[in-house]
Amino acid sequence: MKPILRKLSRDVPAMLGLAIVVFVLLLAIFGPLIAPYPGDAAASHLTRRLKPPSADFLFGTDNLGRDIFSRIILGARGALAIALTVVTVAMAIGVPLGLLAGFRRGWLSETVMRVTDVVLAIPQLVLALALAQLMSPSIETAMLALSLTYWPFFTRIVYAETRRLSSSLFVDALRGVGAGTGRIVFLHILPNAISPVIVRATIGLGFTILVAAVLGFLGMGATPPAPDWGLTIAESRVYLPTAWWYVTFPGLAILLTVMGFNLLGDGLRDLVDPRIRRSR
Amino acid sequence: MMPLLSVRGLKVTIRTDEGTAQVLDDVGLDLERGRILGVVGESGCGKSTLIRAIMGILPRAGAVERGEIWFEGENLLSFSEAELARDVRSSRIGFIPQDPLLALNPVFKVGSQLLEVMRWHAPSDGTRGSERRKRHVGRLIGLLKRLQVPDPEGALERYPHQFSGGQRQRLLIAAALACSPRLLIADEPTTALDVTTQHQILLLLRELVAELAVSLLFVTHDFGVVAELCDDLCVIYAGQTVESGPVRSILDSPAHPYTRALLACHPDRATSFRGIPGSVPSPLAPPPGCRFAPRCGDVRAICSAGNPPQARAESGAEVRCVQYSDWSADLLVRSHES
Amino acid sequence: MLRFVLRRTALVLPSLLGLLLVTFLLIHAVPSDPAAALAGDAATPEQIARLRHQYGFDRPIFEQFLLYLDKVAHLDFGESAFSHRPVTLDIAQRLPATLELTFCALALSVFVGVPLGVMAALNHNAWPDYLLRIFSVLGIAMAAFWVAIMLQLLFSMQLGWLPLRGELSSTMAQPPRATGFLVVDCLIAGRWDAFADALRHLALPAVTLALGGLATIVRFTRAGVLDTLQQDFVFYERAMGYRWLRLVWIFVLRNSVTATVTQIGLLFGGLIAGGVVVEAIFDWPGIGSYTVQAILTGDRQVMLAVTLLVGTVYAAVNILVDLVHGLLDPRLMEQG
Repeated sequence: MKPILRKLSRDVPAMLGLAIVVFVLLLAIFGPLIAPYPGDAAASHLTRRLKPPSADFLFGTDNLGRDIFSRIILGARGALAIALTVVTVAMAIGVPLGLLAGFRRGWLSETVMRVTDVVLAIPQLVLALALAQLMSPSIETAMLALSLTYWPFFTRIVYAETRRLSSSLFVDALRGVGAGTGRIVFLHILPNAISPVIVRATIGLGFTILVAAVLGFLGMGATPPAPDWGLTIAESRVYLPTAWWYVTFPGLAILLTVMGFNLLGDGLRDLVDPRIRRSR
Repeated sequence: MMPLLSVRGLKVTIRTDEGTAQVLDDVGLDLERGRILGVVGESGCGKSTLIRAIMGILPRAGAVERGEIWFEGENLLSFSEAELARDVRSSRIGFIPQDPLLALNPVFKVGSQLLEVMRWHAPSDGTRGSERRKRHVGRLIGLLKRLQVPDPEGALERYPHQFSGGQRQRLLIAAALACSPRLLIADEPTTALDVTTQHQILLLLRELVAELAVSLLFVTHDFGVVAELCDDLCVIYAGQTVESGPVRSILDSPAHPYTRALLACHPDRATSFRGIPGSVPSPLAPPPGCRFAPRCGDVRAICSAGNPPQARAESGAEVRCVQYSDWSADLLVRSHES
Repeated sequence: MLRFVLRRTALVLPSLLGLLLVTFLLIHAVPSDPAAALAGDAATPEQIARLRHQYGFDRPIFEQFLLYLDKVAHLDFGESAFSHRPVTLDIAQRLPATLELTFCALALSVFVGVPLGVMAALNHNAWPDYLLRIFSVLGIAMAAFWVAIMLQLLFSMQLGWLPLRGELSSTMAQPPRATGFLVVDCLIAGRWDAFADALRHLALPAVTLALGGLATIVRFTRAGVLDTLQQDFVFYERAMGYRWLRLVWIFVLRNSVTATVTQIGLLFGGLIAGGVVVEAIFDWPGIGSYTVQAILTGDRQVMLAVTLLVGTVYAAVNILVDLVHGLLDPRLMEQG
């Protein structure tokens, strides 16, 4: 593991990504301690509505006089919580299915992979929106809807890796010395398949934040007064063009966070799969 | 009269992550008109870099530090990239690459690739447009016939992967000759082929050189090929010319210890299988003095003192070895005096 | 070639069927009452019950699916709950606007992205390359709906250069509908004023949609060209004195765009789906804004139809991509 980390540390964009991710993670954990107006998650101050950025309010204030800077910091927790939950649930569904389909042969494996292909072909955003709406909009349904549309990516990857590994020599050798299927799968195949899964999960975190923002924007995720980035952008539209800061900064927060995960994911992928190198 | 191609004291370095590699250091050769010069060396000795330097296509990290490359009375090193591309490549120097499958663009028809070259480099005959193109097609078909490519008209309409290795090599020889160059440079053109095909191609090259009055610079690691094809020979070791002269005299009485060792390895001559002890020195840190000294059977104390100059052996070959030079005596005398 | 297309089409049909089944099950597994949605807020319980029976919502789910399939086979996707018109009619009317927008966005990203990608590769590890790499990372990480609003803010509200929303100014008379593609219709009718106006309306949504795709195309073209430049044949072609510009833009590029073409195919599907929010923001009268309305009103018929539509477009584009691959590289064609 050591040399891999050293290699990663020489990849400047990947390290930048890691720094952003750690930064956002810290905001998510310590947000209420860092934010200058932690009460502004819910409170409203009608006397200081729509103030442009100033020393007191770095990113200005919104239509209810709340400090946008504070709300962006407080929103990090929600964004990361959604992303982590979605990716974890999607992995919990996708990885076992991929192992099953990859190691077993026959109709079960076929069925799993056909269903995976079909779900992959469904326009993800449309399906997630539809499910979220039908299940009555809330953060929980948004997370469930996103998980239900993201698991096939993991199934595909784990399936491909398992197929590759289970036909490789070392698995034959393990069979030869009488290792059981469970032992082979969990002790030998899973650890080898885990690195592409981590890469996909990293990129998936960024992607989920992006889609979750769309859900929030359309009013199908967080509900007011939650400091959700997508929701804030939706609320800001009424106050344009005067309150340009209202729409700009939440969008930049999304941009920065997604970029962090993508840069890190690209760096990790270069390490795992040098064939699709980005820099060479 | 001046030779057609004359390389003098060529030094080429390539920057790498580990430092600056001296890939070529003092390489010289002369190629007379109408003759075939073999350049022989182990892989990694700088043969490919030599070819690239002559054609002006060094890798981006590479640079000519010193030396001259005279071709038809002009120093090629003074040409700009645009001038080389416009006036020298194909029109005056034809190139035959090592692996004919990798050298042809896989997604274009053979005909369109060969005609692309002729479009820019074929000598002008007053015709233009479709008339000129028609002439080019005619000349190509004639060349392909001469090179014994079956169905030359159809060949132009096919893709590279639809030919056998030997056929592809013939196509590339035709391409090299298409614009009537004065000089052909061939980079191990037969290594990717089987022995029978290899022999046929060599024969064909020999005939063509005589027929078309071109000169051929033939790079190889195979003394058998040299014996079969070449008039003159130039042996390169670790980026330096170590011995050069007529093929017969060098093969009959090799003067440089490296040439002798290399010839002793050749399966046709070797009495028992043995290689040269040690390995080629890294171009990043070449040994002081003679570069072959660490592996040489006849090594003396003087060999590491400095780079031996060229001297003439009894065979008539130019040799870079202290055994044939007065230089060692000079140096010894001077070191005693000081 | 015809055989290839037919075989691929035959392979696509079962997966479209699967797509429809999975979407159908997912949508119907959700606890909500389609009859209530159809009847509207003011309906009495009796009215809802009647509708439920009329549409067969009280039958077992597989029976419902078979009934639905039968209708789909006759291109009948039911009635939209909010427009109260046949979904097929709505889609037919709105599809051209979406295709117009998608094609424009795609053309923008390809014709700008490919040259930029080549330039990045030629200037490998120099400043244009770094700049383009930063840009492509940013382009992928930007939320399209935010970009849309920012562009509106800058170019429509602040500078007033381009219209804020819609397909045509309200003061401009619509050209007679011939193809449904507004820009084309303007040209057919010889309405230059409307043509210019339509293009001005097209600019912002097309740029918004194109940005993400542009980043992807730059990235894949750059990687492809870098890879090709390492190939032996590029050295050979240089040694043979090919003109540098022709060498790069014809002989290298054609070897480099295989992955780019795959991405263009993926993008096309992605653009139609990604257009959903962008269309809604720009009030673009296409499938996207229709879908958003349908979703917000819980209109299942429309959701199913749109899913099938996007799935079909996706499959068709994939077949097209394979065909283009075959045309680009003769070796692939022979493998079949």
